Amino acid sequence: MSEQTTSAPTVEDYLDPLALPELQADASKELHTFEASPAHQEKLGFPGELVDDWHDVAINKMGDLLTKYRGFRVFLDSCVKCGACTDKCHYFMGTGDPKNMPVARQDLLRSVYRRYFTTAGKYVPKLVGARDLTEDVLGEWYNYFHQCSQCRRCSVYCPYGIDTAEISMAAREILDTVGKGQKYCNEIIGKVYDVGNNLGFPTPALKATLESFEEDLEEETGLEIKLPIDVKGADILLVTPSADFVAEPHIDGLLGYAKVFHATGASWTLSSVASEAGNFGMFIGSYENMRKISLRIRQAALELGVKRIVFGECGHAWRVAYSFLNTLAGPFDFLDPRYTSPMHICEYTWDLIEKGELKFDKSRNDKYRLTFHDSCNVARATRMGDKPGGQFEIPRNILKATCNHFYDMAEDTIKEGTVCCGGGGGLLTDDLMDLRVKGASPRMTALQNVQKEHGVTHMAAICAICKSQFAKVMPKYGFEMDNILSVHQLVSNAILLEGAKDPEDDDDDDDWIPPTPPPRPPRGSAA
Amino acid sequence: MAYELDGQTIEHDEEGYLTDLTQWSEGMADILAKDEGIEMTDEHWEVVNFLREYYDEYQIAPAIRVLVKALKKTMGKEKGSNKYLYTLFPYGPAKQACKIAGLPKPTGCI
Repeated sequence: MSEQTTSAPTVEDYLDPLALPELQADASKELHTFEASPAHQEKLGFPGELVDDWHDVAINKMGDLLTKYRGFRVFLDSCVKCGACTDKCHYFMGTGDPKNMPVARQDLLRSVYRRYFTTAGKYVPKLVGARDLTEDVLGEWYNYFHQCSQCRRCSVYCPYGIDTAEISMAAREILDTVGKGQKYCNEIIGKVYDVGNNLGFPTPALKATLESFEEDLEEETGLEIKLPIDVKGADILLVTPSADFVAEPHIDGLLGYAKVFHATGASWTLSSVASEAGNFGMFIGSYENMRKISLRIRQAALELGVKRIVFGECGHAWRVAYSFLNTLAGPFDFLDPRYTSPMHICEYTWDLIEKGELKFDKSRNDKYRLTFHDSCNVARATRMGDKPGGQFEIPRNILKATCNHFYDMAEDTIKEGTVCCGGGGGLLTDDLMDLRVKGASPRMTALQNVQKEHGVTHMAAICAICKSQFAKVMPKYGFEMDNILSVHQLVSNAILLEGAKDPEDDDDDDDWIPPTPPPRPPRGSAA
Repeated sequence: MAYELDGQTIEHDEEGYLTDLTQWSEGMADILAKDEGIEMTDEHWEVVNFLREYYDEYQIAPAIRVLVKALKKTMGKEKGSNKYLYTLFPYGPAKQACKIAGLPKPTGCI
């Protein structure tokens, strides 16, 4: 055989993104995210601190949830311990803690359910794995149900479709009800009530920020591209995560939406009442809080008299919008019935692309070799367009329409089987950073593989949490923080707007060289 | 959970952010910076002062992009960049610089 050089990778180059970790009992037992203060708790209608009769309150609440949510009871009753879910959780893969196996996480609560709500558990608890609710058990719930991002990957592989997220939400609801809530989620929900969004970004600051972005857009394109807010009588209300107003690369996505609307002369507006698409009420399993947050969107739509509602790039917001909005805050019979409601910004943009109404110069994105991260809530709880799998295809179609170099990651880590970013479900907080880094390990390994195989440099996403999480954890895996992009950022770069001047070279990115990832520590020990 | 400064006790939260931002002073900023392993230079002060002025006007810290734009005007193109901000505040200007400026920790999907 003649010698030849080849760029094809060898088997040794690859690490299995879904490799089993070495088991480490109790590895993350002590991981305790900050608890909410009394002020944060009370604003949401929960007790400020652990109530004296917490045991009875917790059991009563569980009984209440069992009657309200039939699925919850079915999930607790139907597990046959087949083990199909055990190796499917990214936090288990990252930490090696057996209690992060989905079945074990469920059993933390299932064991208590059996003790108090099943005949066998009442009389022969030891024979059926039933146990009393003690303060230690409550603490265990708090720690391990805050190591679940409610991404629902495990439920895809469960032959009974048991949804760990539902159990995790119920556990958090019980914890809130006894006065043991999480600071990150509950403080943020309070800010939505006080100010209107997760950031607590007041309207004057929001208006000043949008004006600043309009200046930037004018400088870039020479055009007056607007980011309108509170415009009565606009056709479209855009509800987007507040991170789109302040975070990177989220802002570039927002500018992308604005350019798409500008390109077709759409009449649209943001709202200071609904300046948040996110709905952390879902993360804490609280129907009341989820509903209260959702009603702000209804209020804004009615006050502004819009005809349509479009959602920006936010994963769990799209789940709440797509699956629950009508029940929570409907009926939306005042909207124009000719349009799908609610609509995702990717559906909006892709529809225009299909109609030939948007033009692109794909070469403007030639500095990127891209892949796409499916966000859990979009992938497994929603759809886009009118065909099965539209939630996978439409964002990819947009990327392929705007970029020349697109490569998917391994099939068992994308689409329905996508691995979580590691920061979803109310875990995007600094006090859980170690867990976040470990939980990102399957996704980062899959990304490293396409980096080696196809020279992929960047990953795009359509979720504010995913983007912030990756910007933070990618440097731990040998990438740069700006290797994560918004899908509409690629749209923004490539879109051809009538009368716009040619873009200037962005020197920041020209000298970018894909870094070599450092040697990886064994699974379960990533720092 | 409190800092000690000139015999005064100044409360902070679990992560070291001041509970009452009216208790901030330049001396306090030095203590906060030391906790973060940061030696305050003129450039650090430029950022901290801008954050405090912005907060005074809007009751919130600005988007980093808005901060960078303002710094570009006062410090020039090279120093008015995201990357330079990260050299000043390696853990992230949003969180680290806010802390030193005595502002509350930014929350949300950021």
